[in-house]
Amino acid sequence: MAANYDAEPILKVEHMKQYFKMSSKFTVKAVDDVSFEIYPGETYGLVGESGSGKTTIGRGIIRLYDPTDGKITFNGIDISGKLTKEARTELRTKMQMIFQDPMASLNPRKKIGDIIGEGLDIHHNYASKEERKQHIDNILAKVGLAKEHYDRYPYQFSGGQRQRVGIARALIMNPDLIIADECISELDVSIQAQEVNLMKDIQAETGSAYLFIAHDLSMVKYISDRIGVLHLGRMLETGTTDEIFTNPIHPYTRSLLSAIPSPNPRTEKSRTAVAYDYATSGIDYDKGTLTHISGTHYVHGTEEEIAKWQAENN
Amino acid sequence: MDEKYLVDIQHERLSFFTPAGEVKALSDVSIHLKEGEVLGIVGESGSGKSVTAYSLMGLTAYPGRIIGGTLQFNDHQVETMTEKEMRKIRGNEVSIIFQDPMTSLNPVYTVGNQIVEVIRLHTGKTKAEAKARAKELLELVGINEPEKRLKQYPHELSGGMRQRVMIAIALACEPKLLIADEPTTALDVTIQAQILELMMELKEKLGMAIIMITHDLGVVASICDNIAVMYAGKIVEYGTTDQIFYEPKHMYTKGLIRSIPHIDAKEHERLIPIEGSPVDLLNPPPGCPFAPRCEACMQICLREMPPVTQFEGNHITQCWLNQKEEFEKGEYNE
Repeated sequence: MAANYDAEPILKVEHMKQYFKMSSKFTVKAVDDVSFEIYPGETYGLVGESGSGKTTIGRGIIRLYDPTDGKITFNGIDISGKLTKEARTELRTKMQMIFQDPMASLNPRKKIGDIIGEGLDIHHNYASKEERKQHIDNILAKVGLAKEHYDRYPYQFSGGQRQRVGIARALIMNPDLIIADECISELDVSIQAQEVNLMKDIQAETGSAYLFIAHDLSMVKYISDRIGVLHLGRMLETGTTDEIFTNPIHPYTRSLLSAIPSPNPRTEKSRTAVAYDYATSGIDYDKGTLTHISGTHYVHGTEEEIAKWQAENN
Repeated sequence: MDEKYLVDIQHERLSFFTPAGEVKALSDVSIHLKEGEVLGIVGESGSGKSVTAYSLMGLTAYPGRIIGGTLQFNDHQVETMTEKEMRKIRGNEVSIIFQDPMTSLNPVYTVGNQIVEVIRLHTGKTKAEAKARAKELLELVGINEPEKRLKQYPHELSGGMRQRVMIAIALACEPKLLIADEPTTALDVTIQAQILELMMELKEKLGMAIIMITHDLGVVASICDNIAVMYAGKIVEYGTTDQIFYEPKHMYTKGLIRSIPHIDAKEHERLIPIEGSPVDLLNPPPGCPFAPRCEACMQICLREMPPVTQFEGNHITQCWLNQKEEFEKGEYNE
């Protein structure tokens, strides 16, 4: 199933802010005024350097943090602020997360089957033990693991298999949105492709949307329909993958794209990385706003800045 | 080909003797590089790329042992050297930068302290001279306000800055060989670009050779002269960067190149992964270690390790598919 842009967005993030108060004088603005939406069946990629707030956004949406300000709507239900019982159930069943480090996120003392089935147990989503077992076996098969794996422990699996367990655990609740936080960056190159293909196949089958958080731009480009570029807690540029990669406007985006080493020695010799330094660039993120360029392409900046950048690019 | 090599490893075999049995981490690895050359070693985790480089520094961890072959580095026979002799060349003639700069810097000493330590250990410089040299080094690796940085602790610096300090320490004695073990994996792309550029600049300036260990094919494409592709403790293919990327001969190299998304690809074409999972070195298969995952696997692949096939220049590979002539001559009858 391809992304359905005519439908209502499944997730709507409006002016999300996430501040961490470190002391009475100092507050870290990890996420500052970020808005975006995700449509059913879509993959939205969040990229940015470490400390740009991409993980914080993911964690804020699934309410591992309490967002400081802003409104988050999921499936038409407000999930920011204090959660009602229905909102909590909706959030905890229909939104799932896959974590970066599969070893750290799997309980070493639990069997794989029980780790995957934990969501079912909590929400009592089955009538009998047989149904539960059946359900877990189906999910195991779907992510390319065998029934026999049910009784094994996390340490008996390879990195790629563990990540599959993470995916299976997310899938068992049949979620509408999966937040994948750097879920392939710890895997070997040859295994990464397997996992990404698996995620794509699952999306085609179940139609769930992904929020794909990563710093590997070539992988983000490959998997995402739309991309958001973050820097210092701000959304600097967002648009379809094509819009971002063929017509990057913000200097930070351009610097980011120019820095990707390509596995092609001939083009590599002529590639020059464009440097970008916020402190010396003369850009003030506080002054700019997210401005519409074309289609779904938005760039953060003042009118003069954007006009200047566009002139420079041509 | 009687060129003089800075590093010449011949038929190295190295095993880890674990309670579960002998893990053959390296079986018959030969690599060599000249002065000023950049060699990339690529492969997945457990393929032996780090073990190869570490063994050259005498850093084989217990229960590992070199059980065969010769390792020559800059007129030293590394496999016969004692720990005491080894210490003299470590950090002096050969140094290493690790993946994670935070865990390889000592958190309780200042940056300056750690650079001065290396300089004073290997040269007869006085404290003041060493300090001046440390300042020079920080300038060399592009750290601003070196005077101030010398007095700072690792936690006060950013990731990119820490990696620059690691490079400064590694370069303190102007080594002939720098081993870089995934030096940019923990860094952001923009910082990664800066660090790679810095390494290339310093290579030009100081004329050292670099062994670059990485699993990122983009990184090797941008900086390496030659590439060795490792799989299951063997060098399955070796050649110039162009040969590896444009004329790969081994199925594993081909698979590796196909399995990564190309940033300049136009369409959303599907990635072609290498199916299966890495080989268990405790019980390696009798034939080619890649055979169980290889799509072009033949009968003979499962039985016998293929011989080395030599192509143009130094381009070599170990794969039965490249033994076509011999097959046609009927030397390997099924």
